[in-house]
Amino acid sequence: MKGLITMDDLTNDDIYSILSDAERLLPVARGELYLPLLQGKILGNLFFEPSTRTRMSFETAMKRLGGDVVNLGDVKTSSVVKGETLFDTIQMVDGYTDIIAMRHPRQGAARYAQDAARVPILNGGDGAGHHPTQTMLDLFTIQQSHGTLEGLTVILAGDLRYGRTVHSLSHALVRFGCRLIFASPELLRMPNEIVEDLREHGADVTETEDLLGNINQADVVYMTRIQKERFADEDEYAKVAGAYKLHARDLDNAKSEMIIMHPLPRVDEIHPSVDASRHARYFEQAFNGVVARMALLCRLLGIEVPAKIGGGDA
Amino acid sequence: MAEEHNMRRVTAIKNGTVIDHIPAGQALKVLELLNLSGDTSVPVSLVMNVPSKKMGGKDIIKVEDRELTQSELDRLALVAPDSSIAIIRAYSVAEKLNVNLGEEVRNVVQCTFSNCITQNLREPLPHRLKVTKTDPLTLRCHYCQRPQDLDELIHNLL
Repeated sequence: MKGLITMDDLTNDDIYSILSDAERLLPVARGELYLPLLQGKILGNLFFEPSTRTRMSFETAMKRLGGDVVNLGDVKTSSVVKGETLFDTIQMVDGYTDIIAMRHPRQGAARYAQDAARVPILNGGDGAGHHPTQTMLDLFTIQQSHGTLEGLTVILAGDLRYGRTVHSLSHALVRFGCRLIFASPELLRMPNEIVEDLREHGADVTETEDLLGNINQADVVYMTRIQKERFADEDEYAKVAGAYKLHARDLDNAKSEMIIMHPLPRVDEIHPSVDASRHARYFEQAFNGVVARMALLCRLLGIEVPAKIGGGDA
Repeated sequence: MAEEHNMRRVTAIKNGTVIDHIPAGQALKVLELLNLSGDTSVPVSLVMNVPSKKMGGKDIIKVEDRELTQSELDRLALVAPDSSIAIIRAYSVAEKLNVNLGEEVRNVVQCTFSNCITQNLREPLPHRLKVTKTDPLTLRCHYCQRPQDLDELIHNLL
């Protein structure tokens, strides 16, 4: 494995092994221990699109492990605005850094960059394509809560059409035999080509517009934000988006161990009353972005994570 | 007899390339694929919609004084994967060639997805479509991984 462009670059064994590395790195991610495994290494952060969590968590992950980070900075003031090709930008950053984390508005940009680069590329989102580092932190969060990735029933809700997070995650969950329920308005359904692809891989997939009626079956409810601008007018948005909001009172019949996740930022789709419930996991999930990315940075840079860290067991 | 008659609809060529068993109606696309549609330097004869035992109907192209190379002919895989090709020298068949689809179509067409990174034609890496199935022909862009619509793809020749 050179870089991580889609989840297909990882076998199930790779995934388990990276999640296990991440588990051991937790005290380092929390700042309880300093473990400079990546001292002397430089990460190039190339975000051609706005990002808060992904960019910051890559930066935190690198620094917690003693490494350093250089940033592309604002695209509006970089050479990109002068018409530089992605190929040329990558040639430059490839020479400055040991590994690159990248987000780009065009689909396929990460694969393109990997073909152009000597150093590994971590895809932090390419158009509506893939977002595998988000998937790894999502899988870490699910495994942390349920002790397994296998055979779970997972509802993915909201904007399934444009959300690259749910595309990558669906493919990964199917590899672990999870049952998927896609709950979305008609306009924002999971793209047909993805549903067909998942079914060809033997997935048990149900498509529905009913989120609340299916909650009691779920082990995981993965919420996403529905954006106003996807709809022709505000009334239509209000009517549709209302059906994809969670309130604490909707969770009365949920399984006790069911968890609610969200890639954040949220707007109205999860009411603050849910935050204090036993089901809420979205803030832990955001923190897990650091530890999952620490494990991935080590793996792609060929640095082994010690079997024992700070007296903790492997 | 019918096949022989078809071949004589245009005169035999002395030297060059004959492409036979092109699906009926696809000959113009084949010329486009071979970059011959605007080429005025060599004589090209076209026979369209003639009867064929094997295919019902077919097209034939004869290109004089030019031996098409294997890599040029491989471009035909998109519209005429089963065509048969003969290199003619001194009125006789000197070589027979087949279209080789291979695992990838490289630098022949551009991905049809409007938001693919390869839409910027200034990007220098090759356009690559992976063959994921041969029957029916199914292609996916190496970069964005989108499945390609073959009817649309033919308009994206490079």
